[in-house]
Amino acid sequence: MTIDKDTVTRIASLARIKVREEEKEAWAKELDGILGWIDQLNEVDTGHVAPLTSVVETALPMRDDRITDGHCPNEILANAPAQAAGFFVVPKVVE
Amino acid sequence: MIQGSEISHQKSEKNMASLTELSLAEALDGMRAKRFSATELVRAYIAAQETCRPLNAYVVETPELALEKAKESDARYAKGTARPLEGAPLGVKDLFCTKGVPTTAGSRILKGFTPAYESTVTARLWHDGALMLGKLGMDEFAMGSSNTTSACGPVINPWTGPDPANASRKLVPGGSSGGAAAAVAARAAIAAPGTDTGGSIRQPAALCGLTGIKPTYGRCSRWGIVAFASSLDQAGPVARDVKDAALMLRSMAGHDPKDSTSVQRGVPDYLAALTGEVGGLRVGIPREYRVDGMPGEIGDLWERGAKLLEEAGAEVVEISLPHTKYALPAYYIVAPAEASSNLARYDGVRYGLRVPGRPVQEMYENTRAAGFGREVRRRVLIGTYVLSAGYYDAYYLKAQKVRTRIAGDFAQAFKTCDVILTPATPGEAFAIGEKEDDPVKMWLEDVFTVPVNMAGLPGLSLPAGLSKNGLPLGLQLIGRPFDEETVLRVGGALENAIGFRAVPPFHA
Repeated sequence: MTIDKDTVTRIASLARIKVREEEKEAWAKELDGILGWIDQLNEVDTGHVAPLTSVVETALPMRDDRITDGHCPNEILANAPAQAAGFFVVPKVVE
Repeated sequence: MIQGSEISHQKSEKNMASLTELSLAEALDGMRAKRFSATELVRAYIAAQETCRPLNAYVVETPELALEKAKESDARYAKGTARPLEGAPLGVKDLFCTKGVPTTAGSRILKGFTPAYESTVTARLWHDGALMLGKLGMDEFAMGSSNTTSACGPVINPWTGPDPANASRKLVPGGSSGGAAAAVAARAAIAAPGTDTGGSIRQPAALCGLTGIKPTYGRCSRWGIVAFASSLDQAGPVARDVKDAALMLRSMAGHDPKDSTSVQRGVPDYLAALTGEVGGLRVGIPREYRVDGMPGEIGDLWERGAKLLEEAGAEVVEISLPHTKYALPAYYIVAPAEASSNLARYDGVRYGLRVPGRPVQEMYENTRAAGFGREVRRRVLIGTYVLSAGYYDAYYLKAQKVRTRIAGDFAQAFKTCDVILTPATPGEAFAIGEKEDDPVKMWLEDVFTVPVNMAGLPGLSLPAGLSKNGLPLGLQLIGRPFDEETVLRVGGALENAIGFRAVPPFHA
């Protein structure tokens, strides 16, 4: 078994998704099953194969280093769950 | 006077009923010839939108906006300044950010989000005169093949029966562009921009008896489309037929400085590609697409499609795509990995849902647990795992190497053929609630479409016929990079030869 309860705890924390203690066993079983299915990729010989990083061969375009956008704090804040004085508000980070 | 107005009223009633039957191309011709106005067309579609509410295809309706735009379209037709899609009433998949109109991507976590900007693809459609009837339901963050993962509830396929909402077995429209396919099939939108990461345009189009094209990666700008898997996502149209798909794509495609992966290439006139001529073209039939458990009738329709193209003058050749079976497992590393990164932005700080918690990490975790549905959490967890320290090489790097193999298969095949013909899906529309017990079962819906995204190629699905249960089945055409023209040309010829005319039992 590749994924156990401790692994679920670790990846859920990395992913910042709360997983309740009683759900962890089920998640472990399910994710383990999926990764087992994915393991068939090991049948493919990729010894001398470069990873595909771009599906379309194209050079990254260059542009002038100029600001063309911005100066719209109200629009940016318009969807915020909490805001004050032009800032996003979050729970206190430093006590 | 009274008599005259009564006659014109009757005439317009008659028009109203039939206007939604017209294809996009026919409707544009009708408005250009002044047979009816954009306002009349839009009114007919607003009525259709109401009739089709039992399908749950629209998650937001914007009839007032549509009527306002229709007035402008009529003024332009009167002045002779009509644009290519002037007055075309579209539904828009809720993955496209639309300025001032709520956009949720089918997720609770984006509840209440109203973008301050417009996606490039929809902006291009509006620039060409099209107008929006509303936003269409979809699987949450485009993750699904059934439209059942949506926070807005499942969409019902209009092929379910004459009274779909009360049917004992309600069928899925496919996904993730399920609302788009249901609305276009039920005549509640003339066409709809959708997106396709692993089959999300082609599979629902096939399950609803429609035509959909996912262009080459880089053809359409991804700017302003809620991101799922950035190396796979592409926008494209869901439409009634190949000509409508070509019309839509012509307006949607094009370089955008705001998306560095959108290519600097001119957009061909896709309509001009529809010559109907396939003489001399070589059509590849990949032997690996005969999968276990595929109903015989799909194999039959596939063979018939090849035969029809042969009769039209094409040459049919057998090809091999040996890594086909590995596309799906490789996709389920690449797509979740990219999704886990893209979806990191939903943290309850800048937009959407916030569930309280202290300290701030607790707030993030509570928000994401409540805001993401099960399929999204599943994929974010897989993605986080395969990218985590010590596993990157074994999973993500391996998958990207397998992807090179898959792309290599296609490149090799295109040395001996010009276009590839395959089935679009391994089966017909299934019932809501089916294939939910095992995630891999649902993922297998995309077994024929995923390889195309992995290689970045253009793929079109079009209706091939009806199953013995009376449900549509589709075929897929795959082309060389940026050769949408050949795909559309062969699609047009195949469409003519097949002559699919069936309309769902429920429609406006």
